Amino acid sequence: MEIEENFLYTKEHEWVSIEDNIATMGISDYAQEALGDVTYVELPEEESDVEQFEQFVSVESVKAASDIFAPMAGKVIEVNRKLEDTPGLINKDCYGKGWIAKIDVRDMDESTNLMSAEEYRNYLESLH
Amino acid sequence: MSVQVPLHNTPLADEHVALGAKMVGFGGWNMPLQYESILAEWDHNRKTVSIFDCSHMGEFLIKGDAKACGLDSIVTQTIVDMPVNTCRYGAMLNGQGGIIDDLIVYRKAPEDWMIVVNAANIEKNAQHFRDSLNANAQFEDASFKIAKLDLQGPQSRDVLKVLAPGIEKLSYYTFDQFQINDIPCLISRTGYTGELGFEIYCPWEKCKEIWKSFLAHATVKPTGLGVRDVLRVEMCYSLYGHELDESISPLEAGLDKFIDGKKDFIGRQAALARPPERSIGYFISASRKSPRAGNKIFDSGEKEMGVVTSGTFSPALQVGIGIGFMSRTSKDAGTGIFFGDEKSKSAATVAKRPFYKNGSLKS
Repeated sequence: MEIEENFLYTKEHEWVSIEDNIATMGISDYAQEALGDVTYVELPEEESDVEQFEQFVSVESVKAASDIFAPMAGKVIEVNRKLEDTPGLINKDCYGKGWIAKIDVRDMDESTNLMSAEEYRNYLESLH
Repeated sequence: MSVQVPLHNTPLADEHVALGAKMVGFGGWNMPLQYESILAEWDHNRKTVSIFDCSHMGEFLIKGDAKACGLDSIVTQTIVDMPVNTCRYGAMLNGQGGIIDDLIVYRKAPEDWMIVVNAANIEKNAQHFRDSLNANAQFEDASFKIAKLDLQGPQSRDVLKVLAPGIEKLSYYTFDQFQINDIPCLISRTGYTGELGFEIYCPWEKCKEIWKSFLAHATVKPTGLGVRDVLRVEMCYSLYGHELDESISPLEAGLDKFIDGKKDFIGRQAALARPPERSIGYFISASRKSPRAGNKIFDSGEKEMGVVTSGTFSPALQVGIGIGFMSRTSKDAGTGIFFGDEKSKSAATVAKRPFYKNGSLKS
C-alpha cells in the first residue's frame, strides 16, 4: 500500500497536499484498491463552498458508489476534468494524475484534524 | 443477540484464496468476488475464455414420469415434450403466483430429470419439491455431491473439446455425458454470460482436479461473481433476489415465454389472474453514472413510476445500464426516463434487451 510521505490524510481515505493555501485532494491508494476499477466521478461544481468532512464528490466503481469528503473547508477552485472521460486515472495514479479537486482553504488550522503519513499508516494497520 | 451462520465452502474455496481472490458471502456461500480487476476479467471473458466456480448452485435429481410424479405441475415451462439430453429454462411458483425460484430442467432419460436452482434457495426449494411431488417420485437433493464449473467465452469450445472430445456436437441448450481425465461429467451448452459456453457438472470430490486441468490451459482465467453479475446484466438475465422473488409474478418478471399456458401448475391461476401494473424494463444511462439497485425510476415528467432492481457500469457500452420494474405505459424503447432519488436524477433511455448484442452465445 503506497502512502505519500508529505501528504495529509482523513479517516475516510482522502489525501490532501496543501501549498500556498491551495489544497489539492484525491483518494488514497488504499481507497482506490478497495473500490476497484473507477468508472465514474461526479465532480463538485467549481466556485462551490464546502465544509471540512462534508460529502462533495461521488466516485463509482463497476459495482458500487462511494461518497468522498472534503478534507479541508473552503472554495472549490478547480476540478480534474480529465476524470470525466478517464476515471481510471484514479486507479493508475491516485496521488498524481488522479487528483480530484483543488480547494482554496478557508482555515489552515483545520489541518490539525488530519493525519500525517505516519499516523495514516498506523491507522490503516489498526483497521486490520 | 445475533447468530452467525457459517458460510458453506465449495470444493475450491482454498484454490480461490491461493489465487488471491477477494472472497465474499453470497447466498450463504463463501465465494470469489474477483481475482484481479473486474474490467480485466470482463475483457477476458468477452474476448477469450473464463472459468467460474458455480458449485454453490443446487442440483436436484428426480425420477418419475413428468405428469404422474408431479414434476410437470411444479414447473411453469413445458417439459413433457422435451427430447432427452435437452434442457429448458423456467420457474416454479408459490400458491399466490409469486416466484419461488427460476430453474433449468435437464431431461437425462424419459423419466430421469435434473433440476438446477439458485444457491440461496436450495433448502427452500428442496422442501417445496418434497411437499409437492407425488409419493411415486424419487427425489434427491444432490447439491453437495455435484459441483459445477462454467467455462464461458468465445474460445470455450476450443479449450473444452481437447479435454472432453465430442462436446463440439452440443447445440445451444443441449447436454450429454462426457469424461474429463476419466472423471464422468455432465456437460451442457448453457451459461449466464451471453458468450458461447458450457456448464460442467462433476463429482464434488473431483472438482478441484478438473478446475486445475482448465487453469493449466494458458488462455483460461478464473473469474469471480463480480464480473458474472456485470455480464448477466449486460444480457438482461434476471437474478433471484433482484428481478425475481416470492412477491413478484412471472408476468411482472417478463417470464411470459417460459410459462406453458396450456397446462396446470402451482400458482398458475393467481399468476395469470390480472395483468400487472408494473413489469420489468431495461434502460441505458445517458452517462457513465450507473443506476444502483434501490434507485427510483421517474418518467419523462419526473414522476416516480418504478424501482431499479439491478444496475452496473457496462464495460461494453461504456455507460451505466439498469434493470427495474416500471410502469407499463412508460417502457417503450426510446422513452426518456430518469433514475436516482428526489434530490438527484440522472437521464436515461428505455432500451430493448439485451444491452450487449455481440455475444458469441449461439456461434
